[in-house]
Amino acid sequence: MAGLNHYLALSGLLFGIGATGVVLRRNLITMLLSIEVMLNAVNLSFIAFGRFLGAPDGQIIVFFVVTVAAAEAAVGLAIVIALFRHVESLNPDSFRELKG
Amino acid sequence: MLLLIPLLPFLGFVLNSLAGRRLPRELSGGCASMAMLGAFGASVAAVRQLAAQPAGVHAISYHAMTWFSSGDFDVPFTLRLDPLSSVMVLVVTGIGFLIHVYSTGYMHEERPSEYARYFSYLNLFAAFMLLLVLAANFLVMFVGWEGVGLCSYLLIGFWYQKPAAADAGKKAFIVNRVGDVAFILGVLLTFVHFGTLDFQEVAGAANALAPDTSFGTVSAIALLLFIGATGKSAQIPLYVWLPDAMEGPTPVSALIHAATMVTAGVYLIGRNAVLFAHAPQVLLIVAMIGAATALWAGALGLVQNDIKRVLAYSTVSQLGYMFLAMGVGAYGAGIFHLFTHAFFKALLFLGSGAVIHALAGEQDLRRMGGLKHDLPVTYWTFLVGALAIAGIPGLAGFFSKDEILFRTFASGHQVLWIVGTLTSFLTAVYMFRLVFMAFHGPRHVEPRDAPAIAPHGGHLHDAPPSMAVPLVVLAFGSIVAGYLGVPAILHGANRLERFLAPSFEAPSSGGAASAQAAMEAGGGSLELALMIVASILALAGIALAARFYLTRPGTADRVAARFPGLYRFLLNKGYVDEIYDEAIVQPVRALAEGPLWRGLDVTVIDGAVNGIGAIVVETGGSVRKVQTGSMRAYAVSVLVGVVTILGYYVWR
Repeated sequence: MAGLNHYLALSGLLFGIGATGVVLRRNLITMLLSIEVMLNAVNLSFIAFGRFLGAPDGQIIVFFVVTVAAAEAAVGLAIVIALFRHVESLNPDSFRELKG
Repeated sequence: MLLLIPLLPFLGFVLNSLAGRRLPRELSGGCASMAMLGAFGASVAAVRQLAAQPAGVHAISYHAMTWFSSGDFDVPFTLRLDPLSSVMVLVVTGIGFLIHVYSTGYMHEERPSEYARYFSYLNLFAAFMLLLVLAANFLVMFVGWEGVGLCSYLLIGFWYQKPAAADAGKKAFIVNRVGDVAFILGVLLTFVHFGTLDFQEVAGAANALAPDTSFGTVSAIALLLFIGATGKSAQIPLYVWLPDAMEGPTPVSALIHAATMVTAGVYLIGRNAVLFAHAPQVLLIVAMIGAATALWAGALGLVQNDIKRVLAYSTVSQLGYMFLAMGVGAYGAGIFHLFTHAFFKALLFLGSGAVIHALAGEQDLRRMGGLKHDLPVTYWTFLVGALAIAGIPGLAGFFSKDEILFRTFASGHQVLWIVGTLTSFLTAVYMFRLVFMAFHGPRHVEPRDAPAIAPHGGHLHDAPPSMAVPLVVLAFGSIVAGYLGVPAILHGANRLERFLAPSFEAPSSGGAASAQAAMEAGGGSLELALMIVASILALAGIALAARFYLTRPGTADRVAARFPGLYRFLLNKGYVDEIYDEAIVQPVRALAEGPLWRGLDVTVIDGAVNGIGAIVVETGGSVRKVQTGSMRAYAVSVLVGVVTILGYYVWR
């Protein structure tokens, strides 16, 4: 029987993978996917806590996160498309104008 | 009713300042004059109401609102009419109305917008002056006090394209500011000492104290208020602005710088008579300054060649008389002289205005002469004014001036009496020098631009009706105003002084006018003798002027040539302006320009501000390199930040 710590370890692992993906990958789409992985890592820990504490709060939060994540993905992809049209590239390093 | 008195001119100001430039001249000048007439009507009604009060009630008040209230400090916006302010509101509204009417004629050559600007200032002045005299406490009075100062500045500099006028306005404003500082300090000290600013309450509280034997707080208050009064009323050492103020239009000189505003200082002392009575040392200073100013300004008036400047020095001199009266405790006599002086000095100024108007702006006495036949109305009214100010028996100035001189003598100040009597001699000389130079003798008029001077076929035109009527009314006033205060010795009742007496006493002390009555009884033959001396001197002065300037022209020049030093000294106004410039203006300017501007302002204050700016720019310049624009670098920094913060809380 898997305990709370197993779930949290898996969640931490997934979060680490996602964060590594965001920082290291050089493709905007992949970075968005990595963010999704991070979000789902968090969702997993919410569910685990909710189950462990016997309270519905964790699940409710997850529903929120899922809806917001859907919106975020839509907006994020729209921005990526707009950027691509602008520079013809998906490499984040080609966007270097955000500086003072 | 009381509120209406200052409000009507204020409404006139609002109308003329908002809509005046679009109104024809007749309407803007007419509205302004009607506002003054309305205020005069309201004043008469209010004074009648005051007279109808039961015995023992000497004031009616109108509480408009609480102006502000902070802890113990409570300032109501209250107007109060008592005998003293009755005299003042009647003078201000009555003479003010006449001068408004006169101005409609005098300023007729101005463009309509300028014309409306002039009348809006004049109405605003009247509103503030009425607020000043009706105020029931120091702060409301201060509003009026500063307001009339502002209007004085605006009107002196009315022809602001002329540099001399603009400078004179600034000078008047700044010199007055010196006095105002002392005034506001006096008000603050009054509040600290008495805990109230209401005139009646201050008088009551002061009455409960013993008079200062040494120089105490009450003396300090009185001295500060007096310094304030010297600024507004052009006394030594702050008189220098008044002669320069003659750069303004002549009716302004008549209204503000002769009849009303400059008497505010005298009024201030009369209003706080109880306070001053408890500071005998300050009263002595007041009397000495008054007498010194009277003599000094009279001497300067002897040699001036500008018709308005002679009158200006005469005003300073007469104000000195009023302060002399205040200083010897003859408050009623001082206000009486204020009252009569308002008539004949306004008359003299308006008469000189008519001369200047007829000569298209010529003000130099040496280029006048022989105007008697061309300007009959002006001549005869001017002559009445000159006789009145010289103190010829039967005219207004005689009664008030002799009252002052008698009181001075009777209170034991013989030296001051000699100074005052000498001044009255000088008054007669310089006034008749003016009359003879301007109106008699051969014609020196050199038309600078002949068509402008004599549009009616070669001869000068006398004052138009709008200017002549005020002259005649004022001449009438200059004759009869004195009969309000005929002293007992001449079988008069001295009604004015009896009427005024309650204003100079604390409100609670019931037995009014007892001291005054005792004083009147003590006069007798002494008073008569002094009167005769003064009258003889006045006649001698006129005779001297006639000899110098009428029968033997050139005598004056010979006398001047015999005492060249003295003559130059007087002609250059005693070099007082130059001394002030060297002693005060230049050091202040040097201090301001060197250490304060280049030293403190530029290096320290600007340095600090610019230094902070430079530090921010430098820091920003180095820190901005952190922002690379690379999105992944930002993401890493966010991650590192989150891990750091979480790590801190987890492993703390």
